[in-house]
Amino acid sequence: MKNQAYPFYFASGALLLYGVFFVLPSLLGFAYAFTDWNSYTTDVHWIGFDNFITIFTSTKGYLRYLQNTVVFTVATIVLKTVIALGLALLLTHGVRRLANLYRLLMYLPAVLPMLVVSLVFASILDPATGLLNTSLRAVGLDLLALRWLTDIQLALPSVIGVDVWRGVGYIMVILIAGLQAIPKDYYEAAEIDGASGWTVFTHITLPMLMPVLTVTTVLNLLYGLKVFDIVYVLTNGGPGRVTETVYTAIFQDFSKGRYGLATALSSLLFVVMVTLGYYTIRLMHREDVS
Amino acid sequence: MAPKSLRQGFYHLIAIAACVVTGVPILLVFINALKTRAEASSMSLDLPVDPQWANFLVVIERGKLLTAFGNSVLYAVGATLIGMTVSALAAYVLSRNRTRFNNAIYFFLVMGIAMPTNFVTLTRVMQWTQLINTQAGIILLFAATQIPFSVFLIYAFIETLPRELDEAALIDGCSPLRLFFTVIYPLLTPVLVTLGVLNILGIWSEFLLPLYYLNRSTAWPMTLAIYNFFGQYQSDWSLVSADVVLTILPIIVIYLLAQRWILSGMIAGAVKG
Repeated sequence: MKNQAYPFYFASGALLLYGVFFVLPSLLGFAYAFTDWNSYTTDVHWIGFDNFITIFTSTKGYLRYLQNTVVFTVATIVLKTVIALGLALLLTHGVRRLANLYRLLMYLPAVLPMLVVSLVFASILDPATGLLNTSLRAVGLDLLALRWLTDIQLALPSVIGVDVWRGVGYIMVILIAGLQAIPKDYYEAAEIDGASGWTVFTHITLPMLMPVLTVTTVLNLLYGLKVFDIVYVLTNGGPGRVTETVYTAIFQDFSKGRYGLATALSSLLFVVMVTLGYYTIRLMHREDVS
Repeated sequence: MAPKSLRQGFYHLIAIAACVVTGVPILLVFINALKTRAEASSMSLDLPVDPQWANFLVVIERGKLLTAFGNSVLYAVGATLIGMTVSALAAYVLSRNRTRFNNAIYFFLVMGIAMPTNFVTLTRVMQWTQLINTQAGIILLFAATQIPFSVFLIYAFIETLPRELDEAALIDGCSPLRLFFTVIYPLLTPVLVTLGVLNILGIWSEFLLPLYYLNRSTAWPMTLAIYNFFGQYQSDWSLVSADVVLTILPIIVIYLLAQRWILSGMIAGAVKG
């Protein structure tokens, strides 16, 4: 009866598209990761773990790209979460009026294409003519008018800063929904007991918000590990290659025809992300039950 | 303790400061889009002396924006229609008929939310299927990228629809396909609208997939067109700004009109219920 009413072929369209464009390339990736596949010759040879050895032990900088990706991911998670939580509290427990208008404006960057955001900030962060430095000079802070995107020390933090600018509103909106779902009784009871604001925050708000914070962290994590547009446009991995991340490195190797190496790097990312994804989905389903 | 109104004032001050930080970069583009090349060379917030509305016409012509706009609309709408239809069909049977096998399939599809694309081997697949550098190819690719999240969201929504509906229709001798398209599909409207807006905006912003798989400039969407335009006219920020404005204006309009659905979709995806 059920199989008649809900025939499995209904799922075939989704399975076909998903299988061909998602799963098949990933599986092929694992095979090609062990080859010297490149654009110079049509022969593909099995070379064992050589690509992975290149990634983990060579001086070609891959470890640096992995490290950059992790630094970017961790920094954006922490900054976005802390700022977004502050703003979410401000808009739910702070201001009484105009909260929706503020939220509307603060979320706006999240709907803009990352590419466009990056182009605009390439102009804002220009050392000579950019808005940031001209403003700093205008108020006498010439010392702070730095070479944001071309200084080796500053390039990655600048990219992180721009990404936080764009991503905070998104996390904030989710946290606002989480905060609004906390039953008011808890706060009323705490008020009767005369609890301080800080105690309320650490004993009610934060524990009750934990499931939502977990989700936003995972979302930021999955995004951070795959970061591409912003790095590609703002610094293109430079200066030198100090801001190169996994996805931009894959694109570089791909453009230069080093397909085997690019695939090995991609497969590595795949293993990490699917493992993280597996636990996330289990986590979300556990919450479903409660 | 400070009087309440003073505290409120302080809160509003912080909120306004945050809005300024958010808004200034966007405002900057709108202002500079109307400047002359010389005025925009420093990209400041000074208002243009004489608004150059012609900048937009120049950009549309030189940046081939009409073609790019048409392409973006085609990709966004085409991929979203395909992606959401196959997702809704799959989510429906997987949610209604929960065998072990179907649960595994659901899990398999939803795992895609975390899966990174292997662009290198995907090139191979695109070559085999002869879809590389074709508009049909990019539409199918975009449709495929929507499937995991769409299935996830629709699946959860279908749980809220009473099964009695299906049973009544089936007893009346309705075929499964007719049942789905005449009874279920209309009821999915709220979740489909939300997903539709999110997916359309997502494709409008997508840069990486077309960068890999479309090298004909006539097939480029807005993002690639603007990136290429930026490469050619880097020194002319008034034109680049005008191009940016034309790219983000449709998004901002959609956002303002559909913010309720966008926000609810974002929240549903993350918080669920």
